[in-house]
Amino acid sequence: MKRLSLAPLFVMLSAVVSAQDDLMNLLNENAAPAVNYTTATFKSTRIMNGHSIERMAPGQLDFRISHRFGRLNSGAYEFFGLDQANLRLGLEYGITKWLMVGLGRGNYEKTFDGFAKFSALRQSSGAKTMPVSLSIFTSAALKTLKLTGASDNDYLSSRMSYVAQILVARKFSPGLSLQLTPSYVHRNPDIADGDPADLWSLGAGGRIKLSKRISFNAEYYYVANPHDYQGQAVYNPLSVGFDVETGGHVFQLICTNSVAMIEKGFIGETTGQWSKGDIHFGFNISRVFTLKKH
Amino acid sequence: MKRIYLVLLFLSVVLIGYGQKYMTKNGYIGFYSHTPMEDIKADNNQAAGVLDVSTGEMVFQVLIRSFHFERALMEEHFNENYMESEKFPKSTFKGRITNLSSVNFSKNGSYDVSVEGDLTIRDVTKKVSIKGTLEVLAGGINASSKFKIIPEDYKINIPGVVRDKIAKDLEVTVTMKFTPVETK
Repeated sequence: MKRLSLAPLFVMLSAVVSAQDDLMNLLNENAAPAVNYTTATFKSTRIMNGHSIERMAPGQLDFRISHRFGRLNSGAYEFFGLDQANLRLGLEYGITKWLMVGLGRGNYEKTFDGFAKFSALRQSSGAKTMPVSLSIFTSAALKTLKLTGASDNDYLSSRMSYVAQILVARKFSPGLSLQLTPSYVHRNPDIADGDPADLWSLGAGGRIKLSKRISFNAEYYYVANPHDYQGQAVYNPLSVGFDVETGGHVFQLICTNSVAMIEKGFIGETTGQWSKGDIHFGFNISRVFTLKKH
Repeated sequence: MKRIYLVLLFLSVVLIGYGQKYMTKNGYIGFYSHTPMEDIKADNNQAAGVLDVSTGEMVFQVLIRSFHFERALMEEHFNENYMESEKFPKSTFKGRITNLSSVNFSKNGSYDVSVEGDLTIRDVTKKVSIKGTLEVLAGGINASSKFKIIPEDYKINIPGVVRDKIAKDLEVTVTMKFTPVETK
């Protein structure tokens, strides 16, 4: 009888103890299903040389200094490439949540470039599931290097080249992201120089996070129609390196066989060969300024 | 004897079922860090909370992802480096009003309350006691509070390079407009 009389007391006691959990359950029952968009698939808008699916947030200006030294195998006289400098300066800006644009100028063939990158799909889970992020990249580049030979057709248009890419990436885990980048490069006569005007290639890249602020990145572009560039054999570009993030900067340290830092250059004009030691050490520095707060 | 059972049973039923609950799904939780180097402010207008006026129990829950900063990069660093919101998506508070008797829920007015409970951030739970204000209104209850938390208490690792830019303690502001819940 006594045991029985304790039962309701237990019921009471447990009611008090679990009251907070009940309230928590009430909250969760009423919570609207949320869409979890995947963020920070890559640390930067570039994997190494090529673009990643990441874009600048609206109102953010990215000032990029990209630098490649000369060839590692150029010997002690050239201080293993460090005597030479190839530079691209870029200003890149996020206009909306899905559109960023950029302008750049590189001393490689004195080239100006402009691009636009659209975010079409964003990887998400929860209320809306999307397995990958997809961006579309388009760019145009103008080579302003003075022509050395006599050329019959030195029009502005013949110095232009165009690139279109579809960037598809998935962040498999916080530590691992991979991207595939089918690319098309069209080169007008002066750039193509007798070689194919249209180049088709497939890029693959990824990153592995080593710590919260450092990741290992690699990127490779397979070019489907091999060609020459101004009489020199062209190889597929391979780049490996590290992203190092400090407060407002991202430093990308890179080893690559290409000198050019824009798509038409590293896809179509990479004349270096890893196996021969034609390796360029370099870095990208990205400094982000907030022009418009939100 | 039987009558006592019935009374106890009745009482326990009352304890579970009685008591108006108040809820909000778009409460405000924000924090502010001030240093000579930089001011950092984040706002979250999607905090959810329930208040049970009969027991003084209250719970809050907030998605870390829903904190928004003035600078997109800060928001990314907050989620990626400091809070690891993919691993620890939520932060919760479970507590109770310790001076419930000094609040008269049937009379409109402003009442100072003390709340004690467990604050969980990044799966680290700490006992906290917080002072706040309850404002009893015709259609609901407004709750507000300001208190400080120390990031290191919750295993939030702040590297030396940015240590000067993030305050030792962050000021947290909570503003909730509770409305009654229909009890089933």
